Amino acid sequence: MAHFLFNLFAAFTLICAAGVVVSKNAVNGALCLLLSLVGVAGLFVGLNAYLLAFLLLLVYAGAIVALFLFIVMLLDVKGDQRPGLKHLPLVARLVALALVAAGVASFLAHGRLVAPAAAAAPALGDDLKLYAYQLFTTYLLPVQIIGFLLLAAMLGVIVLSKKFEGLEDIK
Amino acid sequence: MIAPTLNAYVAIAAVLFALGFLGVLIRRNTLVVFMCLELMLVASTLALVAFSRFNGTMDGNVFVFFILTVAAAEVAVGLAIIVALFRKKQTIQVNELNSLKN
Repeated sequence: MAHFLFNLFAAFTLICAAGVVVSKNAVNGALCLLLSLVGVAGLFVGLNAYLLAFLLLLVYAGAIVALFLFIVMLLDVKGDQRPGLKHLPLVARLVALALVAAGVASFLAHGRLVAPAAAAAPALGDDLKLYAYQLFTTYLLPVQIIGFLLLAAMLGVIVLSKKFEGLEDIK
Repeated sequence: MIAPTLNAYVAIAAVLFALGFLGVLIRRNTLVVFMCLELMLVASTLALVAFSRFNGTMDGNVFVFFILTVAAAEVAVGLAIIVALFRKKQTIQVNELNSLKN
């Protein structure tokens, strides 16, 4: 069952991610991104990271994709041409192809990670307790910095979105 | 059927990252480029969670928590920049935004 769910969510994630890349319409791209994130959240559940799966759905799927859809519909950009490779010079194509081939070859040759068997998952409450303990002891300073980052981002977005009278003539 | 080993998780993260990178390279719409950037970020978090799980530590999960927060801030600022750009230039196609070229 775990194998089946892993394969299902992995295929779902990758197919929807490909949909983001090839979709002509930006709204379809945003919806594909949403589905891809749901697939990643499923993979997180397979890795016993329940809190992160929930946060991913809440923050990414709930807030970020909604923001994307909002901006896509606000700007209403028309006439995005189909993503193509025609404008790329031949040298760039050859170099890209060689790099991909080298990557795949090296993955096949020695892409075996020495994986320890997955550690026994702690009970659900212990897991969260460990998480919170780390956040408020080892990583206390980063938590504070993240708070300031969010504040700075909020102020920056307000300044960016506000129209200033004197700045209109700057080209 | 592929077994859910560390190798498989990291391979999926790598393919997801490559797809996002491909999108950043070939798409012309700035919004879609930004979405593909998010895809790359999520791929890196997937690898972190997988490593964290298979090594029995919580540090990777805590890092992912921070990455999610930074991603939220980044998307807010990035979309504000794109809207400001559209107001100024009336376009968000990457190939038409070439003011720095000459």
